[in-house]
Amino acid sequence: MRVQGRGLIDRNTPVSFTFDGVAHEGFAGDTVASALLAGGVRLMGRSFKYHRPRGPLTAGSEEPNALVTIGRGAAADPNTRATVQEVFEGLEVSSQNRWPSLGFDLMSVNDLFAPFLAAGFYYKTFMWPRAFWEKLYEPVIRRAAGLGALSGQPNEDRYERAWAHCDVLVIGSGPAGLMAALTAARAGLDVILAEEDARMGGRCLAEREEVGGRPAHVWAGEVLAELGAMPNVRLMTRTTVTGAYDGGTYGALERVSHHLPATDPRRPRECFWRIAARRTILCAGALERPVAFRNNDRPGVMTAGAVRAYLNRWGVATGKSVAVFGNTDDAHRTARDLADAGVHVAALIDTREGVTGPAGIPTFSGSVVCNTGGGKALDSITIRRGGREDRIAADCLAISGGWNPTVHLTCHMNARPRWRDDILSFVPAPDAVPGMEAAGACNGAFSTAACLREGAEAALRVAEALGAKAAAPELPPAEDDPYRIAALWHVPGKGRAWLDFQNDVTVKDVHQAAVENFRSVEHMKRYTTQGMATDQGKNSNVAALAILADATGRGIPETGTTTFRPPYVPVSIAAMGAGAQGKGFAPQRLTTSHKATTERGAPMIEAGLWYRPSYFPAPGETTWRQSCDREVAMVRTAVGICDVSTLGKIDIQGPDAAAMLDFVYTNSFSTLAEGRVRYGLMLREDGHVMDDGTTARLGDQHFVMTTTTAAAGQVMKHLEFVHQCLRPDWDLSMISVTEQWAQFAVAGPKSRELLNGLLDQPIDDATWPFMSCGKIAVQGVEGRLFRISFSGEHAYEIAVPARFGDSLFRLLVARAEGMGGGLYGMEALNVLRIEKGHITHAEIHGRTTAFDIGMQRMVSQKKDCIGKTMSERPGLMDGGRERLVGLRPVGAVQQLIAGAHLFGMDDAPVRVNDQGYITSTCWSPTLGGTLALGFLKRGPERYGETVKMVDHVRGITAVCEVVNPVFFDPEGGRVRG
Amino acid sequence: MRITCPICGARDSREFSYRGAALALDRPDPDAGEDAWAEYVHLRENPAGVLRELWYHEAGCSAWIVVQRNTTTHEVLGAELAAEVAR
Amino acid sequence: MADLIATSACAGRLPKTIGDVTLTEIVFGAITSVAPLKGQEEAVSDALKAQIGAALPKPNRSTGKAAARAVFFGRGQTMVLGPRLAHIEGAVMTDQTDAWAAVELDGPSARDVLVRLVSVDLRPDVFKQGHAARTPIIHMPGLVLRTGADRYLLMTFRSMAGTLVHDLETAMEGVAARG
Repeated sequence: MRVQGRGLIDRNTPVSFTFDGVAHEGFAGDTVASALLAGGVRLMGRSFKYHRPRGPLTAGSEEPNALVTIGRGAAADPNTRATVQEVFEGLEVSSQNRWPSLGFDLMSVNDLFAPFLAAGFYYKTFMWPRAFWEKLYEPVIRRAAGLGALSGQPNEDRYERAWAHCDVLVIGSGPAGLMAALTAARAGLDVILAEEDARMGGRCLAEREEVGGRPAHVWAGEVLAELGAMPNVRLMTRTTVTGAYDGGTYGALERVSHHLPATDPRRPRECFWRIAARRTILCAGALERPVAFRNNDRPGVMTAGAVRAYLNRWGVATGKSVAVFGNTDDAHRTARDLADAGVHVAALIDTREGVTGPAGIPTFSGSVVCNTGGGKALDSITIRRGGREDRIAADCLAISGGWNPTVHLTCHMNARPRWRDDILSFVPAPDAVPGMEAAGACNGAFSTAACLREGAEAALRVAEALGAKAAAPELPPAEDDPYRIAALWHVPGKGRAWLDFQNDVTVKDVHQAAVENFRSVEHMKRYTTQGMATDQGKNSNVAALAILADATGRGIPETGTTTFRPPYVPVSIAAMGAGAQGKGFAPQRLTTSHKATTERGAPMIEAGLWYRPSYFPAPGETTWRQSCDREVAMVRTAVGICDVSTLGKIDIQGPDAAAMLDFVYTNSFSTLAEGRVRYGLMLREDGHVMDDGTTARLGDQHFVMTTTTAAAGQVMKHLEFVHQCLRPDWDLSMISVTEQWAQFAVAGPKSRELLNGLLDQPIDDATWPFMSCGKIAVQGVEGRLFRISFSGEHAYEIAVPARFGDSLFRLLVARAEGMGGGLYGMEALNVLRIEKGHITHAEIHGRTTAFDIGMQRMVSQKKDCIGKTMSERPGLMDGGRERLVGLRPVGAVQQLIAGAHLFGMDDAPVRVNDQGYITSTCWSPTLGGTLALGFLKRGPERYGETVKMVDHVRGITAVCEVVNPVFFDPEGGRVRG
Repeated sequence: MRITCPICGARDSREFSYRGAALALDRPDPDAGEDAWAEYVHLRENPAGVLRELWYHEAGCSAWIVVQRNTTTHEVLGAELAAEVAR
Repeated sequence: MADLIATSACAGRLPKTIGDVTLTEIVFGAITSVAPLKGQEEAVSDALKAQIGAALPKPNRSTGKAAARAVFFGRGQTMVLGPRLAHIEGAVMTDQTDAWAAVELDGPSARDVLVRLVSVDLRPDVFKQGHAARTPIIHMPGLVLRTGADRYLLMTFRSMAGTLVHDLETAMEGVAARG
């Protein structure tokens, strides 16, 4: 029910929305909860386990009960708190965890079985038969329990991430936060003021107490106007700081457009901020706690602070006849505000003896509320005083059980909060988070005046630490009442008294945990699921551990708290992965030939971040094998073109460039002549192979090293490590030139003929022998030519600046096709290299040595190099190691499979008999059979033997012959042809 | 976490990659013996407290840096260029 | 036979204006990496100044003007954007003209767009005109150079030009759609 003349909503802007299909009216500035309460709707959800009817308990993000789904279809947002979600025209709200409807929920039958469903029930009951758990018990339990459902459809909404930096991050914009931000900003510091709510002001918006002689929200508005006009201040509303991380970094979730109709698909729903702050002032306020008593969970039971917020901020009376129950003066303040607004206050029940309430309000001191009545909404409460119980009518009960400072962020870096007996609450430990100060209610200072003072003082300390000159601000006069509280966690009695509303944890469950010796608060939490719901126990943890402390005969400080972890509020997976959906997941590296390649319909495969063509389907070809076989034959008989730009290329220049190469490669490069290329093998310091590739000497002090595509980054990092950390005295400079050059392999017997129609100066075997390199020009464009071969054919790699890549590629392809050749892709490349026994990272996979791949003679004995000493360990040179071999099937089964293991012919295919494994296989059209490379114990000594390949995964066994891994042209005559 | 690169200034730790204790700087002579090499390649101090360690500003200026970090609090106490430490 | 045709990294993708921000490709006449050898920093700086009127920049800074800029590009490395350089004695020089995609982000909301891709501190009083940072642009290796009040030059690997434009466009749309 709206109360005329109250609230900060815009009554000139009505807003229509629906709840479970029924039209409702609200005003701009309303939340779903305030608008529904104004319309008399109190039932907004069902609890997790017992499906108990529930209404809002709070007016903020800590809400455990009023969880709803916003929108529908792929854009639906489940588990949205109705107390946070703002209304807008056309908003669709649905209740959840009920069937068939919120009012009539068949699953509420669970509530009748409550005696059986107490803590530990599932653990004890569904133990066996073991196999039933996954198939039967868990699915059934999961269907009965649970919150909102995901749509199961891809979410098309946009989420973004962003970074911000500031001198001072102020978290929370209540009286403390406003004073802190104002003081810091006036000192010239860059300030970010982050507020979870849509509107800044905190409790200034919800209380009737004045600040500076005017309504608190008016004072707050003035401060915000001043802050808003300052260029060094950034005000961030709807932004929850969710976590405190190392080095002054904070995570913050901004709700960008949950409060707006979805008119623009490009507008993000949320933005996840990472804020780097030199100092932080936490002014997160405090959360009011309810009291546990029988049936304290009926719709209509709310915290007193929420009742005042609905009344004073949203102009909503939460009932026609409201009772107030508490153990602090906040209960009295609530009764007073309600009465002033003309709402009937049925009773004020204060546990403290001898207190008097506001005039005209029936006050019961030294009393408690011990039960409630009603079905889907509260209709009565029972008051107990001494041995006497009286039932009175009330449709709303406001509970004030004291305040818990919002210490969460101060605990995110392992600090534990400290217990304060005078306020019966935990407060932040000093210096809990480096660079963070806590001020105001989150620090245990509950009066408005104390909040204002602490905010200002924290800002002065921060300004001093940052070397800024800050003046102490004039503090506006404000309420400075003492905080008087009497301990009250639980009203004893029969029946279920709820602690964790969302997870349906009762006082009895905590007692049960203690009885079963789950005495540690962490064990109690997991046994009962206390505090494990989406509110993470914000409303219930302190009371639960107080009850555990009592049940185990310990004090609260000895019992301690559970661990507070980020995020402070639930963060959608979409926000955490913001920007990483679809193309945002990882950069795509495209070669200059990408366009021409995809125009030919080549399927692309990923190689690291690169995209490379798998094969090039010709007309009439229906399988990749057909294309691959044709491409291999083309290279072996005519000429093929392949983009090899993705291989890493590193320019190494300077007086010590040759020394560097001698040190990182096992073989020698200082002896390489200018204009020549050499294959090099690179080890890790532990003696295993890191990478291989060719290096060309372009000048006396100028080399260009080639790495494999996958290892380019790793090799660059390694080279920089060697230079900077091991040999900083060497005078040289390294730079990646991978991106500078578009480089294409021209491979096959007709490769030179192809080039000679293209290069400005023709080449011949005398000037360009195998393993030579140098400058060339194509139509005046200067490039580089390397006579190297991965295919085993007479071949070249030609490089031009990348801007000419597309153009040169098309010229090469046109010429090749005119000569009976054409493009080849990764599949053909792989076949060509297996035929030649050339290794890739399938073979140098991190556990193989130079010895294993038959290259031990490449480890020069004349010099030191990275990995040399360790590669000579006896175990790494042992003849019994698994070493590189070729394999060919000789039995009925002609299929060889990479990853399959090798066994002796008469051995059982079990682990102890394992003799090696296959790393690469292909069908060779050149040799007309299946080929494989693999590692076999004593491999090179066993050519001609037969071994058994067993693929345990696919259940395939094949007999194969061990052969030299160079299957094709072992003399190497073709590369020199 | 934030790390102050001696060249670039304070940066998010995601710009850096990690290589453990700065022991890697002290490469033994080739004939230093098995023990020295085994220690260099395989053994690292792992104290709960301040550790000198190597980071690479991989996504920034490409400097290898020696960082003093408290492994229990992640407090970064200082950083210097590895090339100047190794010199 | 037809001449080899040059294609720029972002060809066909730019320019683009979204909201109050415009994204344009910048094609430099040349991009040259200049890395002085040991003890040669001063001599190389003087020689560079004689050639293009701009000395070697300090870390995180740039020198020169739009036509010829020398930009900090990493440890011991300067990238000269614009003119093709004659060889400088005592320096390792590497042609990088084709290695980098360069775009300019210009407009009142340029910084708001950029904070969605870059984690370094871009506050105007901290990252001033002429300041340069080697830092990732989302997951791409990047250079950010502030060239005007609301103008930034961004560079990444040429092969990533498509992703660079895609990610910038997405951020520009997000900022523009907030209104």
